[in-house]
Amino acid sequence: MIADGVEDEEKWLAAGITGLQQNAFYMHRALDSNNLRDALKYSAQMLSELRTSKLSPHKYYELYMRSFDELRKLEMFFKEEARRGCSIVELYELVQHAGNILPRLYLLCTVGSVYIKSKEAPAKDVLKDLVEMCRGIQHPVRGLFLRSYLSQVSRDKLPDIGSEFEGDADTVIDAVDFVLQNFTEMNKLWVRMQHQGPAREKEKREKERSELRDLVGKNLHVLSQIEGVDLDLYRDTVLPRVLEQVVNCKDEIAQFYLMDCIIQVFPDEYHLQTLEILLGACPQLQPSVDIKTVLSRLMERLSNYAASSTDVLPEFLQVEAFSKLNNAIGKVIEAQVDMPIFGAVTLYSSLLTFTLHVHPDRLDYADQVLGACVKKLSGHGKLEDSRSTKQIVALLSAPLEKYNDIVTALKLSNYPRVMEYLDTETNKVMATVIIQSIMKNNTRIPTADKVDSLFELMEGLIKDLDETHEEVDEDDFNEEQNSVARLIQMLSNDDPEEMYKIICNVRKHIMTGGQRRLPFTVPPLVFSALKLVRRLQAPDENPFGDETSTTPKKIFQLLNQTIESLSAVPSPELALRLYLQCAEAANDCDLEPVAYEFFTQAYILYEEEVSDSRAQVTALHLIIGTLQRMHVFGVENRDTLTHKATGYSAKLLKKPDQCRAVYGCAHLFWVDDQDNLKDGERVLICLKRALRIANAAQQMSNAARGSTGSVTLFVEILNKYLYFFEKGNTHITVAAIQSLIELIMTEMQSESSTPDPATDAFLASTKRYIQFQKQKGGSIGEKYEPVKV
Amino acid sequence: MNFLVGAFKAPCSISITLADGRSRKQVPLKKENGKTAMVPLFQSQENIIGEVVIEPVQGKKVEHNGIKIELLGQIELYFDRGNLYDFTSLVRELDVPGELYERKAYPFEFSTVEMPYESYNGVNVRLRYVLKVTVGRNFISNIVEYQHFVVQNYTPPPSMNNSIKMEVGIEDCLHIEFEYSKSKYHLRDVIIGKIYFLLVRIKIKNMELEIRRRESTGSGPNTYVETETLAKFELMDGAPVRGESIPIRLFLSPYELTPTYRNINNKFSVKYYLNLVLVDEEDRRYFKQQEITVYRLLETS
Repeated sequence: MIADGVEDEEKWLAAGITGLQQNAFYMHRALDSNNLRDALKYSAQMLSELRTSKLSPHKYYELYMRSFDELRKLEMFFKEEARRGCSIVELYELVQHAGNILPRLYLLCTVGSVYIKSKEAPAKDVLKDLVEMCRGIQHPVRGLFLRSYLSQVSRDKLPDIGSEFEGDADTVIDAVDFVLQNFTEMNKLWVRMQHQGPAREKEKREKERSELRDLVGKNLHVLSQIEGVDLDLYRDTVLPRVLEQVVNCKDEIAQFYLMDCIIQVFPDEYHLQTLEILLGACPQLQPSVDIKTVLSRLMERLSNYAASSTDVLPEFLQVEAFSKLNNAIGKVIEAQVDMPIFGAVTLYSSLLTFTLHVHPDRLDYADQVLGACVKKLSGHGKLEDSRSTKQIVALLSAPLEKYNDIVTALKLSNYPRVMEYLDTETNKVMATVIIQSIMKNNTRIPTADKVDSLFELMEGLIKDLDETHEEVDEDDFNEEQNSVARLIQMLSNDDPEEMYKIICNVRKHIMTGGQRRLPFTVPPLVFSALKLVRRLQAPDENPFGDETSTTPKKIFQLLNQTIESLSAVPSPELALRLYLQCAEAANDCDLEPVAYEFFTQAYILYEEEVSDSRAQVTALHLIIGTLQRMHVFGVENRDTLTHKATGYSAKLLKKPDQCRAVYGCAHLFWVDDQDNLKDGERVLICLKRALRIANAAQQMSNAARGSTGSVTLFVEILNKYLYFFEKGNTHITVAAIQSLIELIMTEMQSESSTPDPATDAFLASTKRYIQFQKQKGGSIGEKYEPVKV
Repeated sequence: MNFLVGAFKAPCSISITLADGRSRKQVPLKKENGKTAMVPLFQSQENIIGEVVIEPVQGKKVEHNGIKIELLGQIELYFDRGNLYDFTSLVRELDVPGELYERKAYPFEFSTVEMPYESYNGVNVRLRYVLKVTVGRNFISNIVEYQHFVVQNYTPPPSMNNSIKMEVGIEDCLHIEFEYSKSKYHLRDVIIGKIYFLLVRIKIKNMELEIRRRESTGSGPNTYVETETLAKFELMDGAPVRGESIPIRLFLSPYELTPTYRNINNKFSVKYYLNLVLVDEEDRRYFKQQEITVYRLLETS
């Protein structure tokens, strides 16, 4: 049935075009032979095709355009006639003899245009007559097209300032009156379409209306093009009258479209100076009008205007643009009870953008907006609607983008209150946005208070907000937490006192993060604290000595507690590393008991928590490495720790691991820059023990697999021998080295050994090294002299 | 009757010429045989001066018992065909009985002739003026010649010319108020007016203004009334809503109107009406008729 309708319409259109062309043909003939009477007769018949009610606006437009072209030719003819001496006044009367109104009015407008051009009568009188006479067409579509034709032919003939049609009797006021009246009538017709025809075709009608809206809006465009419409005229006449029509038409589609039109076609400075009037109309619109979009666009335009040049900013202040907009939005939200939260938030978001552009210095304005938003949100609980949340994110991101500085945003007391209304997911997104802003701008957050507020803002990332632990994507989670970690690194203050407070605050917050987050957040905090410790160490940084409350000792206490939490997580390897880091820092601060305590913690962790053998190996090497560098310990403490470490080494599961740990331990007894820590004998004991273990490993391998495995371990031990030999450990003798080399060679030639190119290469380079040292001469060369390779 | 002259080949030819015949305005007049001829135009109280020329056919004498010229104002009712009512009859004797041998001219003059009624050619009635020359003869029929002419009388603009204003309606359905700026219009006038829609509950399709002529002939039980619609002029297209006002501007010049004639010699009258017609979507017609007076304006220029 619908298809039939479309087909029928095509048919009707085709018939209309045929009729039109036929009559146009006769009209042309009449024009060619200067036969006025026939020309009028056929043009009226041609225009009669426009009387159809069967076409949709779209198709009707096609017919209209064809008529329009033909009427241009007729107009040319009328001009010719007038030049030939035919009285234009008579012509004006003559066309009105047509019996049918629609052709009559099209002809009248056409002659009217020539009439104005001839200047035989004041333009305003002709215009007024035309616009009045057009009232005869009350059919919406036909009326709209007729009036649009009128608007079209009169556009270049308005008595505008500076136009040739301006005169004593014709002023721009007349031009404005004319366009306004035509606009008003067109809008009435347009609105009326909505109420005609059966209710079931509402949708179709709305579609048709939207196809026609530009015909109505065109009038506003014409108004905006009139040179003579200056601010005064706009404020006192044009705008009030347009708004009156908009408000009174009580039609949702029209109100939305026309408000938008007003905002788009007239200049920004006019809007600014007439804000009150324009905004005053908003609460009077129908409740169903999408006012938020309208206002948002207005504010967007004004924002852009403000951004365009700083010269215009005083204007904004002068008219108190912000408070006007703010009031208007309040009123609109109040008036439109059913406006969804989404709408309200959009409005606030636009207003915020506006105020940020226009009044970057007035944080209180921004805060006011956020406060109003909170008020609107309160009583709604968390937002579920995704569009609203999206808007809130936009709202909250705006200050960050503008100021590029979270510190400023933190001054907005209502900022976190708005965030509270976001759901967990969005809250996280927002927090990430904040962090990214900080990263991007390298913002420094200088005070503990700010840090506190910031972390409150980012609650969503810092801890689990709701009880339900929904499964989050592992990667996403890591990403989030990494960014938090980066953020922690960014916090710094030159004043150690304040920095300490910052650290305490951060700690307070991240401790609530739960076991999944701590491994990410604790390390940066620890390093941040250690950084502070290092700074305190520097003599000039801490002029008051122990007088100040922030002492390394205190920090270390804090660190101790912090790291402890990691071991509970459990993340023992990480905790162990951090303990060792702290120990080293304590070492640098000459705090032996503290360092010892950290080591103890590390050892406890090693013993109780680190059970994986691979982890053990790594941990142990770390312990050895750290311990080797410690100089703060007294003999007793050091012995204890060294002894323990050696003991651990021997207890590793795999022989090669044991071997390596043990020869590593050798270093614990030989610290280069400390003379009291050069126990050559114990070094040798360690190395010998390592050799034994290596031997045992070879045999085990032989027994278990039938081959002795590689000699890598021996080569490694040889290297250790060489190292200590070179360092002047007298217990390492040339004979010992010599015998080790021979041992390796024997092992390599044994049948059961597995060839291993890596080991061969290692051995070869070791040999080359010995050779090299020999040739070097001097004391080293002498020392190596007896070693035979 | 002219053809009778031709048929029997009258012994003389008669021609009537007017003194100002060349300069006088000529207007078309539809004759009985359907043809249109141009005839001179007069108005009341004009002098009708001219000359009758009688020329006997070569070598014949015309014997007559008197020659006269009459000026007749006649009303002819078609349903009463054949009966002419003369409301005006003036006679001038041109010659005493005698004989005519050669061409002879007789000047004549009717001074300030009272011609109160205009020539009119209606559906059922005709009012005409004629100059009739009769050459009276014994025993055989008289020789007659006619000269038709048209009378139009001009009126100055009326001193009172009120507007027509009226509110009409169908209860709870349609209420309109219309206004025509005048009640009296001259023939080349323009009707200006407005229609206000006070209440619209029907779906109106369009609105027209008709000019109707009501010609009433006879009297008493023999009254014949004939109504013609002379103009149909579309005023509005589409359905208005409450509060709309639609302008009216109708030029009368394209239509063939006559002035309003009220009681012409108790024989007939011609009246004009404006009929406002609203048509709804089911083609029902709602109308209101108002009489207007039409007059022939005396051009002062």
